[in-house]
Amino acid sequence: METDIYKTEALEILDDLEAALLELEGCPEDMPLVNRIFRALHTIKGSGKMFGFDDIADFTHEIENIYDGVRSGKLKVSQDLISLTLAGGDVIRRMVRGEEVTPAEREAMVSRFQAMQKGEEALADEPPGRPPACEEKISAEKKQSAIWRVRFKPGQNIFQTGTDLAPLFAELRELGESTVVCHCQAVPGLAGIDPQCCYLSWDIVLTTDRGEQAIRDVFIFVEDESDIDITVLEDADSVAHIEQPLRLGEILVEKGDIAQEKLAEILANRPLIGQTLVQEKLVDPSRVKSALAEQQHIRKLSEKQKEMESSDSVRVAASKLDTLVNLVGELVIVQARLSQHSTVSRDPIAVSIAEEVERLTTELRDNTMSLRMLPIGTTFSKFKRLVRDLSKELGKEIVLEMEGEETQLDKSVIEQLNDPLVHIIRNSIDHGIESPRTRLAQGKDKTGVIMLSATQSGADVVISIVDDGAGLDEAKIRAKARERGLIAEGGELSEGEIYQLVFEPGFSTATVVSDVSGRGVGMDVVKRGVEALRGHIEIASRRHEGTKITIRLPLTLAIIDGLLVETGGEKYVIPQAAVVECFEQTREDIENAHGNNVINVWGQMMPYICLRQRFAIAGDIPQSRRVILCEANGRKAGLAVDRVIGNYQTVIKPVGEVYKNVECISGATILGDGTVALILDPVKLLKEEQSVLSRDKIRAGQ
Amino acid sequence: MTVDTITQTDQYLTFKIDEEYFTVNVRNVREILEYTKITKMPDAPHFMRGIINVRGSVIPVIDLRLKFGMEATVPKSSTRIIVMEIAREGRTLVIGSLADSVKEVIEIAPDQIEPPPEMGTRWKKDYILGVGKYQEEFIMLLDIKKLFSTDELTRIDQPALEEEES
Repeated sequence: METDIYKTEALEILDDLEAALLELEGCPEDMPLVNRIFRALHTIKGSGKMFGFDDIADFTHEIENIYDGVRSGKLKVSQDLISLTLAGGDVIRRMVRGEEVTPAEREAMVSRFQAMQKGEEALADEPPGRPPACEEKISAEKKQSAIWRVRFKPGQNIFQTGTDLAPLFAELRELGESTVVCHCQAVPGLAGIDPQCCYLSWDIVLTTDRGEQAIRDVFIFVEDESDIDITVLEDADSVAHIEQPLRLGEILVEKGDIAQEKLAEILANRPLIGQTLVQEKLVDPSRVKSALAEQQHIRKLSEKQKEMESSDSVRVAASKLDTLVNLVGELVIVQARLSQHSTVSRDPIAVSIAEEVERLTTELRDNTMSLRMLPIGTTFSKFKRLVRDLSKELGKEIVLEMEGEETQLDKSVIEQLNDPLVHIIRNSIDHGIESPRTRLAQGKDKTGVIMLSATQSGADVVISIVDDGAGLDEAKIRAKARERGLIAEGGELSEGEIYQLVFEPGFSTATVVSDVSGRGVGMDVVKRGVEALRGHIEIASRRHEGTKITIRLPLTLAIIDGLLVETGGEKYVIPQAAVVECFEQTREDIENAHGNNVINVWGQMMPYICLRQRFAIAGDIPQSRRVILCEANGRKAGLAVDRVIGNYQTVIKPVGEVYKNVECISGATILGDGTVALILDPVKLLKEEQSVLSRDKIRAGQ
Repeated sequence: MTVDTITQTDQYLTFKIDEEYFTVNVRNVREILEYTKITKMPDAPHFMRGIINVRGSVIPVIDLRLKFGMEATVPKSSTRIIVMEIAREGRTLVIGSLADSVKEVIEIAPDQIEPPPEMGTRWKKDYILGVGKYQEEFIMLLDIKKLFSTDELTRIDQPALEEEES
């Protein structure tokens, strides 16, 4: 059991190690990174020994030695060193996983490490060129945020020079989070006060990454006339590791507001130090307040950082979370039944209880869902290595840029998204980005860029993979599609539709099958993978400019907000995210349309799908029905239903293997009365409608 | 699977569809439910009647009458849904089957089961594993593996597509 924990942890550390190494490649001089790598190796070694993985410990020890050398400045970071360490990391990973690593392999590795340690390999290699992004990175890295204490006592005559102090504080606030305490004990009695004089002084606790000079700069115009004392308190990053922030008394002593002995004396008598100090008139109340503020400032920061690190600190088996989510799902259904029942019963007490339960359930549901949310960055960072290795192998220069790594997605979605993204990125590297020579010949920068970004938009997360490579060859795809009979005789497809063909099974225009891709398996697998997550994928491209693949995914797989509708006694849920507007449609309206499924929406003719027709539901259209205008994936169309029941928050149940081919249904849900309602997939339905339309168009044209 | 593979005495659940007796091994039966409203599934084969809620899970329901080319089941007080489990490629397919009535669990020895007759039944021989005897009546031992082969169940009957063909 314990070794399992070691293994999971070691694998996580290895991921971090890899990320740090790849960063180091860009900024070889960055010491904090070297230290991070060293720490990672050291932890793997240390706990490896503890749990009896001596082989891992010994092996890691060799790599650690190298980084010890780097730390002490004996060794220089080189491309080779990083490649070697990455390879070493891979070997450790295999050992941790319990995969076979032959002694010979290990020894070969170790001897390379030892050679490296002696500096042989390092000297043979030229120092790597620094990418331009590096400098910025270094300065950003160096800007460690710290907590500063600023004592600001302006001279009494400061107002007479026309100085306004308020903007100073505003400027300080811009530097970072600050807590300001004002000391007013120097203010004389009303009789002795000179309104033109400044009697106040301030203590400011400031968290900033801008350094002392930036703080000094704020006071640049007043420093001659004022007492300004700036001291650094803590390295803000280390605050999280402080078990307990400084005690109040300790802060006061440190600031020189009270002597250590006096403090000890007081402490021996009374527990409430602040009060006592004031009572004994040893310290001015505002000084205590200031110290308290400082304490709180640090405490707040420390809590914030602990929160940020909580993803590391709480370990719960994923299966437990799943069980919890399932239970909450059941609860949501029962709650819906309760609400329905209480409304029917008209018992005011039952209604109020049901409302309370509803509120709690919603909160519980949201909280439970948030437990499963992870930043997508965890997946993104893995791709750095992929891009590095593949581009090296293919002799291309590619940088991977990332955006929106903090975007959160359901854990299971992130896991299942990994393979599709790997496919897409491989494709971009292999087919998308051209060789440096071709790129230069086309007047492009020789380094290709793959941009991976994620943003949340409504109930969806949109992930896009953009490369500035060759783009898709429309003519080639068209030819291939004709050859394979994907375009019907006489049929014509728009450019956009042509590109979507790459998602067809077995479709590949690559003439050479490479190690990486081109076998025509891939994009259809990607599409299926994304659709299994109730997501949608689209591709856009421009020849010689690049390709953009957009993946749209629901935030969570378990629950959606929907509109519950009814047609011919059957109930359906339309995902709220797709609903734009609802319209009434009378029989006369239908008759006036002369058999065309169109409705007048604010003067515009909008096509709609009659669910009754589409799903072959028996019965007559009521005198008046509703058309729900939906928008999905850029398409707009109506869905005609008998009536709208209302908003419905619902737990999605898969309809199972038997119905996997029913595309227009994305799942089912259980209603308050225990019956099942189907969840419609507006994207698929609207797409169908579109193809029916274009088919009609073709027919009309013939 | 043929009748030869049945080598031991087992318990079987007998039920009636129309006037005939059918049976499945109790090992494949998870539970028997009273008839409940079935939510119709669009685009699916007509004998796949839809889905029902069984304690929070969604389960597909097949109408064997439709599958065997008869009129659809009309729910009566005796109508039941037999929830069956079929192991397939490491997974378990759970499917409900409508029956006009469920009789009892009986024990059948392998020598009481005969291969299905080549001719003379109104049932497609493909889905019958063998024929046994029960109270002087013939009972058909269903080959549920074949009957519930996913290829047939997952077929799509989309009206739009049919329209295309015409």
